[in-house]
Amino acid sequence: MSTLPRAHELGLAGCRVCGLVCRDVPRRDAACPRCGSSLHQGETHSVARSWALLIAAFILYIPANVLPIMRTASLGEVDDNTILGGVAELWRNGSQGVAFIVFTASIVVPTTKFLVLGMLLVSSQRSSSWARSQRALLFRVIEFIGYWSMLDVFVVALLAALVQFGVFGLVEPLRGVMYFAFTVVLTMLASMSFDPRLIWDAKQADG
Amino acid sequence: MPPLLVCHHCDTVYRRRVLARGEVARCRRCNAELERHQRLNEDALLALALAAIVVFVQANMWPIVTLGLNGQQVSATLWGTIVAMWHAGFPLVAMLVAATLVFSPLLQLVLLGWLLWFARRGRRAPGFRRAMLALHYLDPWTMSEVFVLGVLVASVKVGLYFDVTPNAGVFAYAALMLLVTVFAGVDLRSLWDLAESPA
Repeated sequence: MSTLPRAHELGLAGCRVCGLVCRDVPRRDAACPRCGSSLHQGETHSVARSWALLIAAFILYIPANVLPIMRTASLGEVDDNTILGGVAELWRNGSQGVAFIVFTASIVVPTTKFLVLGMLLVSSQRSSSWARSQRALLFRVIEFIGYWSMLDVFVVALLAALVQFGVFGLVEPLRGVMYFAFTVVLTMLASMSFDPRLIWDAKQADG
Repeated sequence: MPPLLVCHHCDTVYRRRVLARGEVARCRRCNAELERHQRLNEDALLALALAAIVVFVQANMWPIVTLGLNGQQVSATLWGTIVAMWHAGFPLVAMLVAATLVFSPLLQLVLLGWLLWFARRGRRAPGFRRAMLALHYLDPWTMSEVFVLGVLVASVKVGLYFDVTPNAGVFAYAALMLLVTVFAGVDLRSLWDLAESPA
């Protein structure tokens, strides 16, 4: 492993936006000569920013789950649905497969992001050398799956557009869907703020 | 081809080499993908981008699904769902839906077409740097493929109570998804190697 040189050990820096490899970039405000992006992009306060966004996302995830995201009304019968309630209704009505998809996108994916990103942040702060390859893989996984959580927001929007006339009853979005949409955006921003190179940084004391 | 390459995920430096067809270079430290062989040239990519723009316009103009009950029918377009969200009192959510399903994908496709149009002739398009940066930052915010799954879930949900008919819009979306999948494997960073266009 130690035979693989890292850019900063050689006095190089790879631009994270355009990929250009630059030499001699000691200054903190060095900009990529090709695309103009900061060569130290995402390095400063990466962990603090990621924590802040993750905690904000977690706080919003509580009302997103507790408050109903959608009201359905037909023939005088009014029913407010939470995210889990919607999953349960699909399950009861024999659409177990679709219930599983919604459960994965709305519950499993955000929860996984909270746990994994929280674990990555703690282990990076401690410069842990534990399971580095697996942690790197987990980061790529949460980056890849994160935006699928928007599924329920799109479903509610579509239902509200379709069922808004008297004969069909009524579907109205409720406040939970807003909290949920913001949760997804914040978790995306949180994982973008995390610099995965931190996983591979050794303890200062070792060197 | 620039001689060196740095892994974005762990900062490891590699000497680049030409990849054979179908080859993918992976980082030996963290196993992230470094780069893959680019099978499609600028002409092919431009053709795909133009096709995607056509399909995208259709996907957005045509109705997606139609509901039927006792002979009455109502259908929804993508723009209709955004408007419905706005009128229901959630303008921020409506803007988020519009950004991720309309503006981000559309802007990405148009910018891509613009860049490739000039790249075919070996030149940088006017506004090259800004267009490349915009493409880079828009990338995570295009969610068309999530919407296709959303249509499926919504259809199953309303299908419990009404007749649901898929319309042309959903097929256009399915076609768009296939094209988006092709673009997912395209690495635009090589466009940076184009010479600065003559002023």
